[in-house]
Amino acid sequence: MATKVHMEALSPTMEEGQVVKWYKAEGDEISSGDVLADIETDKATMELTARGEGTLLKVLVEEGGTAPVGQVIAVIGEEGEDISELVEGAGEAPKPDEPAPQATVEGAREKQAAEATAEEAPAGEAVAAAAEAPAGREGAAEGEAPGAPGTPAEGVDGGRIKASPLARRLADEAGLDLASIEGSGPGGRVVKRDVEEARRAPRPEAPAAAAAGAPAGAPAEEGWRAAPVQVPEEEYEDVGISQMRKTIARRLVESIGPVPHFFLTVEVDMGRVMEARKRVNALLEARGQKVSVNDFVLKATAAALRQHPEVNAHWHTDHIRRYHAVHVGVAVAVDEGLITPVIRNADRKGMVQISAELRELAGRARERKLKPEEYTGATFSVSNLGMFGIQEFTAVINPPEGGILAVGKVEEIAVVVEGEVVARPRMKVTMSCDHRVIDGATGARFLQTLQTMLEEPAAVLL
Amino acid sequence: MAEITYREALNQALREEMERDESVFLMGEEVAEYDGAYKVSKGLLDAFGDRRVVDTPISELGFAGLGVGAAMVGLRPVIEFMTFNFAFLALDQVINSAAKSLYMSGGQVSCPIVFRGPTGAALQLAAQHSHAVEPYYVHAPGVKVVTPATPADAKGLLKASIRDGDPVAFMEGELLYNFKGEVPDDEDYVIPLGKADVKREGGDVSIITHGKMVHVALQAAQTLEKDGIHAEVLDLRSLRPLDVDAILTTVRKTNRAVYLEEGWQYVGIGSHIVSLIQERAFDWLDAPVLRISQADVPMPYAKNMEQAAKPSAARVVDACNRVLYRNGA
Repeated sequence: MATKVHMEALSPTMEEGQVVKWYKAEGDEISSGDVLADIETDKATMELTARGEGTLLKVLVEEGGTAPVGQVIAVIGEEGEDISELVEGAGEAPKPDEPAPQATVEGAREKQAAEATAEEAPAGEAVAAAAEAPAGREGAAEGEAPGAPGTPAEGVDGGRIKASPLARRLADEAGLDLASIEGSGPGGRVVKRDVEEARRAPRPEAPAAAAAGAPAGAPAEEGWRAAPVQVPEEEYEDVGISQMRKTIARRLVESIGPVPHFFLTVEVDMGRVMEARKRVNALLEARGQKVSVNDFVLKATAAALRQHPEVNAHWHTDHIRRYHAVHVGVAVAVDEGLITPVIRNADRKGMVQISAELRELAGRARERKLKPEEYTGATFSVSNLGMFGIQEFTAVINPPEGGILAVGKVEEIAVVVEGEVVARPRMKVTMSCDHRVIDGATGARFLQTLQTMLEEPAAVLL
Repeated sequence: MAEITYREALNQALREEMERDESVFLMGEEVAEYDGAYKVSKGLLDAFGDRRVVDTPISELGFAGLGVGAAMVGLRPVIEFMTFNFAFLALDQVINSAAKSLYMSGGQVSCPIVFRGPTGAALQLAAQHSHAVEPYYVHAPGVKVVTPATPADAKGLLKASIRDGDPVAFMEGELLYNFKGEVPDDEDYVIPLGKADVKREGGDVSIITHGKMVHVALQAAQTLEKDGIHAEVLDLRSLRPLDVDAILTTVRKTNRAVYLEEGWQYVGIGSHIVSLIQERAFDWLDAPVLRISQADVPMPYAKNMEQAAKPSAARVVDACNRVLYRNGA
């Protein structure tokens, strides 16, 4: 009895994986537990282990290929076994640069071509070419379901969509097209959580309307779009998109789009923190440890969040979740982009511990070796670009979090204190707030608390 | 509230009913002189005498038939089977005589009898003495089947069963007799038949079960709680009549269910429950309803094999994870 090897959900947010390297080849003997391949997910590179035993009969997705979670990527069985049934329909995963949902794109392209040529036969080649280009773009838009870089077609089994009875009913009630929702259940089954996620994400009304409008639109417009300016090849190079970058792209669009951001900036006097840091590090020298300004900022933020549960909160469509625990996500730059490892219960940890944990997590983040539970579950996030010389910036919120703090560099500037111009070390922090969760005054009060914690470090001890 | 054992609770129920109604009598192997094979009838011979507490030879078919006859002429017998495993021969009296007499006599001959004793496995009693017999008794219309899991349920349901005008198969468990629990001090604590009981509330997944497996379910629920999963445990208590509303209510609440029973899967109690759920709560289901039951083998004697054959809390947790889609399964 053959075993199907599936692209497994190796992280909770993973939707598709890319095969980086196969460790076994067709014909190799496989034992349960053997490492079959390295799979690159949205966050890290993870091992895919064999769950069955036998001979690796067929590899369906080669190195470099991607497959959505749930798709069959290989088959293990007995030598000589007939696996034609299992291989049929599993097929090659769509290549990364093609629009993923083949079924919908083909349909859209054919429809476009048929309508365009039917209406504008005399216009000939230009129109035929026109049908190709917009179809590609609009087909992709139609197929690019909310929050689904993977294939909706995954859950479609010869035209039939796999969905739990509850999911069908919920989708129906919400007016959502089941075919546009990616299923996270076995075999791509659409289940309740998929429908709920789809309900939270933006609906592609505009592109769909545009697609509907286009065939009826002027051929002149299509003709114009059909002839892109030719850019000389030596002027550019195309760089492939890693899984992480895909995820960053998707997540940011999901954030900036639906999340109503507004920004609050406060300039904090860091004089006392700088002094405290010197004193604290003097104490720690004996232990061979030290803390940074950022550690102070994280600790103060955690303490402030503790006092402001209305800011330490998440948006959940029909309710707001206010957290009692404080888990701070700290943005870390890695080769491919960025990731936010989480310091759990940061308000209950001392700076030394926070510092050590962050160093350890960041190190492993750069090696793409973080475990899913280490980069999920933050109640609030902090991003610090001070070390790059940035004075102030605005960060994008990680939904469903209610806010994110962007920390700039500490620099000596001239300020007026009691009528005199003096040099003070100052730092700007800008908080991005989700206006659905945090209003201006609420955010401002939080920042006041944070400012107090930093301008009077002893306040953290209270 | 007093904390007493399941055994004590049964003893109290028998005592109270025998005091309340002279036509109630107890009959079975070792129930009188020996105080009961499991001491359930301790002290009853002394309290009520040998016309009300009757020792029998080892002949389940025989004394079950005697009981049915007695019930047909107006007495209220409580027939004890040392275990239901010994009573397969007596099944003929239960099904063909007791269950069908009211129907076949056009309502003229009722049979207010209770057949009680342990069902299912204990420890290393092996194949012939570990059989969970609920499916055989619940299948034919005409017999009520009750499976209490706690001392309070045992007391309340036994009193109700004895007072019931129909034949009732009251199924206990050797492993339950020592189990302690709180029982209300009510003078007359009766629980109506046909009402299930939510033993643990939760909103994430429903574990539906009956009998001693209720305790395995609660264990599994505790394990799931550590991961933040709140499982609801529904104890059916009555297999016939069945509290269909309670089953549908919990499934509509959590959208996913598993059935746990100590018997085998093939046409086990779970089969009927699952069928009911998919028929009446289809649009509330987010996942198929899974079943956890004994491995499809006669109960092994060897300790380790018996452990492996029996359903465990771990397997319940696993099934719950699957219906919650937590393992990428």
